[in-house]
Amino acid sequence: MEFYHFTEFPWPYLPPEDEYTSMRVNLPNNVYDPNIGADLYNSYLDQHLLADELGLNCMLNEHHQTATCMNSAAPLSVAIVARETKQARICILGNPAANLRDPIRCAEEMAMIDNISHGRLECGFVRGVPYELFGSNCNPTETSARLWESIDLMKKAWTTHDGPFNYEGRWIHKRQVNVWPRPYQEPHMPIWMTGGSDVNHATRSVESGYTFTMFLTPTTGMKKMFDGVRANLKKKGLPKPSDDLFAFMPLVAVGETEEEALKFVQQVFWYVTHNKAEPQFRAPPGYVETELYANFLSGKFSGGRTDAIRTKGMEYFRENGVAVYGTPDQVVKQLKNIYKDIGGFGHLIAMLHSGDMPYKDAAKSMKLFAKEVAPQLRGLGNVSDKVGPLKDRGRPIPAAKFSGRTAALEGARAKAGVTVRSPNKKKSKAA
Amino acid sequence: MAAQKKAAQPKKAAAPKTKARTTRKTYQLQEARVVVETRGTGKPLLLLHSEDRYEHNTPLIDELTKNHRVIMPWMPGFDKSTLPNSVTSIDDISYLYLDLLDQMKLTDVTILGFSVGGWIANEMATKNCAHLKKLALIAPLGIKNGGAYDRDIEDIYFHRFDVVKKMKFHDIKKDPRVLTDMSDKEAMDEARARETTAQLCWDPYFHNPSLRYRLNRVTVKTLVIWGANDGIVKPAYGRAYAKKIPGAKFANISKAGHFPHVEQPDAFMKILRPFLR
Repeated sequence: MEFYHFTEFPWPYLPPEDEYTSMRVNLPNNVYDPNIGADLYNSYLDQHLLADELGLNCMLNEHHQTATCMNSAAPLSVAIVARETKQARICILGNPAANLRDPIRCAEEMAMIDNISHGRLECGFVRGVPYELFGSNCNPTETSARLWESIDLMKKAWTTHDGPFNYEGRWIHKRQVNVWPRPYQEPHMPIWMTGGSDVNHATRSVESGYTFTMFLTPTTGMKKMFDGVRANLKKKGLPKPSDDLFAFMPLVAVGETEEEALKFVQQVFWYVTHNKAEPQFRAPPGYVETELYANFLSGKFSGGRTDAIRTKGMEYFRENGVAVYGTPDQVVKQLKNIYKDIGGFGHLIAMLHSGDMPYKDAAKSMKLFAKEVAPQLRGLGNVSDKVGPLKDRGRPIPAAKFSGRTAALEGARAKAGVTVRSPNKKKSKAA
Repeated sequence: MAAQKKAAQPKKAAAPKTKARTTRKTYQLQEARVVVETRGTGKPLLLLHSEDRYEHNTPLIDELTKNHRVIMPWMPGFDKSTLPNSVTSIDDISYLYLDLLDQMKLTDVTILGFSVGGWIANEMATKNCAHLKKLALIAPLGIKNGGAYDRDIEDIYFHRFDVVKKMKFHDIKKDPRVLTDMSDKEAMDEARARETTAQLCWDPYFHNPSLRYRLNRVTVKTLVIWGANDGIVKPAYGRAYAKKIPGAKFANISKAGHFPHVEQPDAFMKILRPFLR
């Protein structure tokens, strides 16, 4: 099992809720004060440096035009974390590949970060929540297909080493694709995907060797999806996917006492309670299946998960495995139960911070999680040794296999005193 | 199903003298299969419905069929017409409809186009007016007049449904559609229509940047009709639009929004009738 720290870089200082109609899309940025915001950015980055020191990995994400997430250009913060941390694996989850006008720019950014971090990047892609389409102006009817086109092109760009190639696809046209640098990891960074209720999308992700992630999903929903993927792969005659092709993110809080844990989790719960949005932002036409959209239009279906979870309390979240909190032993027990109930997963992304939770509280919860919870769960979950790029995680192309070797390059390398470093060599994977 | 058909038959038999029958036929147009409803006899009138589909099966059609053979294609992605991947824009649809005129061997065609349907009519006319006689355009979309920072056409996706309704109608009580009253079938039709509209009109938003420069090619008699209280596209947009079409006339209908034929049918026909003669 691998563990990731996550904060969504919230802007928590909002006017009273009845004074705005939505946290997303149309909330003017005059409620953002840079005098405070500048410190917040640095405080959130500090959390990731602490995660690194504690032996946790980092997960960062991106949203736009929203107070829920100030991290509107995640490659920037990921690049900073890549430079400032030493050993953490850094997961960006993810690049909004369906909304990117230029996926090649993204391929370049990710390849640079992979090099700067010496191969510690886990490269996630997301279709993006419906709110994003108003800011990006991308067509909601196209996002599913466009996501895959973008990723396929980026993969091709990362794995092509003999000069420019031509690409004229359905949405993206490039005549001379030649990405510099090539990624540090070989053949490219491990890829992650996210998803909701579409089992075929999840299956395609896992079949492609991508780690499939679900956020804040009740245990029953995750089981349905993960089991669905396993069943689909079995039908195709493929081997059972290893646990590390599945990831899960709950809200997490660990306290020395139950009272302290409750105090922490109530602060993290801000993320759930502060998600007001105008209904039409949740369902631009073509984003969801036609039938669901029809129900939305006629008023039979209003807000789905978001509304349901806003109105239900903390204990409901704990019972459903969406919030995991308590003393270290309680958290270990709860996570083991979730692991068992959903038939296994290999990555736990712990949302340990949200809202206006002070750094010191987040740090304490993180420390208890890293020191007293994670060690008890490390051995849980198997790791793929056959499928896709995960097997050589964190390694560059072996020097002997590098086809671009020249006498001049060797001379330059010796002169610069550069040696091939692989900081992950000492890291043993969970058995 | 069978019982329904039987029950409907005597009605049809009793009605033909006063009400023309609608026939449905499917045409293969490039990769799309397009359902075309036809009613009445006389001079051909191609009716291109709006994205809100308020036009088929209305008293307006009854009126028009008195003197015309009214030909009403369902736009690809609406009703049972298919929307293949090869059709990605209103420009594409205009080629399909020009093919339709050829397949149906129609000449001297008057086009009556509503909103997006009016946009399609202009796309057709800028390509080939040879088989066209007149254009009647009701609040047509399709061009951008203003500068980069001007919002020529209101963002119907950004606002709450009740707000959009107020933009579309001067008097919202005249909107024939109440979303919360829709049957499951109606809701599915509405959902599919909205998806198709978004697919074809999301970006560039309800316009083709090239179209305004081609409007000089519309060489047939044209009438542009606008609701004075249209909150989706203001009458000023309509006047500017009409000015770009050589010789086009502009008419305003008061107490009407984006669908003047729905809100003020009598005033609408009073303007349209003499133009069609």
